[in-house]
Amino acid sequence: MSDVMGLKAKLGLNVFKEDKEFHIEIRAGKEKDADLKKAILICPAGLYSENEKGEVVISVDGCLECGTCLLACGEELLKWHYPSGGSGVQFRFG
Amino acid sequence: MAEEAEEIFDAIVVGAGLAGLAAAYTLAGAGMEVLVLERGDYPGAKNVTGGRIYVNPIRDLFPDLWQKAPLERHISHEEVCLMDKERSLTIRYDGSELNEQPYQSYSILRGKFDKWLAKQAERKGAILVNKSRVDDIIIENGQVRGVIAGGEELRANVVIACDGVLSFVAQKAGLRPPSLSKNFAVGFKEIIELERSVLEDRFNLEDNEGAARLFMGDVTAGKFGGGFLYTNQESISIGIVVGIDALTDEEPQINAPELLDKFKQRPEVMRLIKGGQTVEYAAHVIPEGGLKTMGKLYGDGILVAGDAAGFSMNIGVTVRGMEYAMASGYYAAQAVVKAKEKNDFTKSTLSVYGTLLNSSFVLTDFKNFQQSLDVLEYPPLFKHYPELVGKIMQDLYAVPAGPKAKLYPTIKKHLTLGEMWGMVQAGRRMMKI
Repeated sequence: MSDVMGLKAKLGLNVFKEDKEFHIEIRAGKEKDADLKKAILICPAGLYSENEKGEVVISVDGCLECGTCLLACGEELLKWHYPSGGSGVQFRFG
Repeated sequence: MAEEAEEIFDAIVVGAGLAGLAAAYTLAGAGMEVLVLERGDYPGAKNVTGGRIYVNPIRDLFPDLWQKAPLERHISHEEVCLMDKERSLTIRYDGSELNEQPYQSYSILRGKFDKWLAKQAERKGAILVNKSRVDDIIIENGQVRGVIAGGEELRANVVIACDGVLSFVAQKAGLRPPSLSKNFAVGFKEIIELERSVLEDRFNLEDNEGAARLFMGDVTAGKFGGGFLYTNQESISIGIVVGIDALTDEEPQINAPELLDKFKQRPEVMRLIKGGQTVEYAAHVIPEGGLKTMGKLYGDGILVAGDAAGFSMNIGVTVRGMEYAMASGYYAAQAVVKAKEKNDFTKSTLSVYGTLLNSSFVLTDFKNFQQSLDVLEYPPLFKHYPELVGKIMQDLYAVPAGPKAKLYPTIKKHLTLGEMWGMVQAGRRMMKI
């Protein structure tokens, strides 16, 4: 177990409850903004990636709701709010 | 909830974290009508700690809590590990005072603790509503009058924003300046379950003793931050805290999850967690900007407490937040009680919150350590010095095939005049904290 565990597998250990909507969205027209690339480095859940068109994309499944991407990229680039009540990650240990 | 729509609570607490629950517990204990709104399925569902709470500063604020509190292990072994790439130096401090009751600090899991604390608040009469996200606040004539959650208006004389480090509530009330990434760090950690006897053997623990180990240097690839490890009853909390800007703006480019994986693969660490089962992976942002970056702590009809107020502090040897959260929740409750006596919920009465915090350890600590972030954000601390220490140790312990060099020249080779001068400079910086 102390071998490298893939991030997906690690996130799979958490309890998540699906939300009706995406709680983080990249603002239209900002997908190629250089500052958005910070999110790829900093997101502890590795949810951000760059596609073949050079756009940053996000998949919110597995979001730990830490807010790091919002702080690193700012509200100009991200539309960010918490998932609706009773959805999203539910930490059992914290 | 519909029938409560007409009711005006003495206070609505946004967020069932330590600040919010401490406020609710204190308010309910004083006979106030208090509603706690929590967006998670249960208190603690959204809350994360690195792992330890210091009880001394808040023991007397909540005299009835500690006896039965579900804390993990009292920390009786304090360890620091300076990490170079292929070597490390670990210093372990054992002091009899750390093993004497009442214990100074405990490892803690928030899932367990927050749920329990919420129960204590409910027993005193606080009303807790889970799965309820606050979407907006009600402001009338410049005064906060309540919140909007799930499309419903909920009214209170005072709203206490305990909605955590991002605090959208304080932001909406105009109390918070825009957050700058340089004032925040991100922490991410795993909980690794380990059989109790194995854990106790590995860390040399007896009974309910616990160990805390902080790591500096290669653990963050030389960036501002560090690693941590705390022993819980039957698990280990292991993780990394790193400055957001340090990770996004500085070389080498490395992503956050990879840092933790590399940390876990260090031989020194791997043998501690070997055979353990990771059961959760969590992340959280930590406010580290201190006094200079704090917003307003109160306004008309509103108080801000805990991480929402920026009450968290990294001074290197200790990283603290939970005591400030609980104490600020307590003082926020006192301010509400005072305001109710006067039947005035404007900031002129609520300012007593600021007075109480000022005369308590909370703001006194933040004043005393206001330079700590500037001082600690000193790259050599995270790269050069851990490497230097490693090299000195390597040479001191080496016995070559031929004759061994004398000890003094061995050390002197590393501690050149330039190096010593650098240390004096570093020492001068450190004198500010």
